[in-house]
Amino acid sequence: MDARGSEPTNRTKVERKSERELVITRTFNGPARIVFEAWTKPELLKLWWAPKSTGMSLISCEADVRAGGRYRFEVGREGSKAMAFFGRYVEVIPHSRLVWTNEESDDGAVTTVTFEDKGGKTLLVMHELYPSKEALDASIAGMEGGMPETFAQLDALLVTLGASVGRVP
Amino acid sequence: MVQYARTPFDASFAALSDATRRGVLEQLVRADASITDLADKFHMTLTGMKKHVVVLEQAGLVTTEKLGRVRTCKLGLSRLEEEAAWIERYRQLWDARFDELEKVIEDLKHKETINGRKRK
Repeated sequence: MDARGSEPTNRTKVERKSERELVITRTFNGPARIVFEAWTKPELLKLWWAPKSTGMSLISCEADVRAGGRYRFEVGREGSKAMAFFGRYVEVIPHSRLVWTNEESDDGAVTTVTFEDKGGKTLLVMHELYPSKEALDASIAGMEGGMPETFAQLDALLVTLGASVGRVP
Repeated sequence: MVQYARTPFDASFAALSDATRRGVLEQLVRADASITDLADKFHMTLTGMKKHVVVLEQAGLVTTEKLGRVRTCKLGLSRLEEEAAWIERYRQLWDARFDELEKVIEDLKHKETINGRKRK
């Protein structure tokens, strides 16, 4: 256990860097080589991509991690139908960089993940570039990319209260 | 009872745990209303109703706008707040994933150490 594990630098950050870009960062306690491995082996991806705490469960997880290779993750969520996330790897540079497309929607982002060694730790930067401002705005409005279970329940409650879905968060 | 909460989830659930506040939401589904209207409807003091509205506002369930001397309440968030709320939910999703990923990395590191020793 890292005694300083609670230090804020270890936390996940999400920022809208521009009209078309979201950037997610986190530092991991391990070398880039190992972090990269956990992103590129389906049997390892399965272990972390759909955490129970979010109410998701992974139905299937296929990833052919090489330039041009395809991936497809199917996720189930209590009380709603399964969702598929799929696309193609555009660039694969071992231990340092992954680029893939997100093709589940017409206006999906291109995701670039970089792994940077920092003395035994890894700075992970995930960059999502949308084709337009409108595409990112729509993604935000439509809550694609995963809505924690609690919010699904809250929405359901507001719907039963008679609120119109479009007006509630 | 008026409660303040730390995370967006807590805030939403705390906000919805109270019958008056659920009533206020139901009312706002039908039409926007001023705090005075709402206080009258729920037979409360203006101060009491204001506190409830603040809780709903913090949970992002209600927005208010002051026009002259009247503060009008409506359902939902402003665009900026909506975006901030979405980014926070998205952050929580990735944070949950990365917490699990951290465990996978620990396991891999551990296995590597053991295998390294075996080879020697």
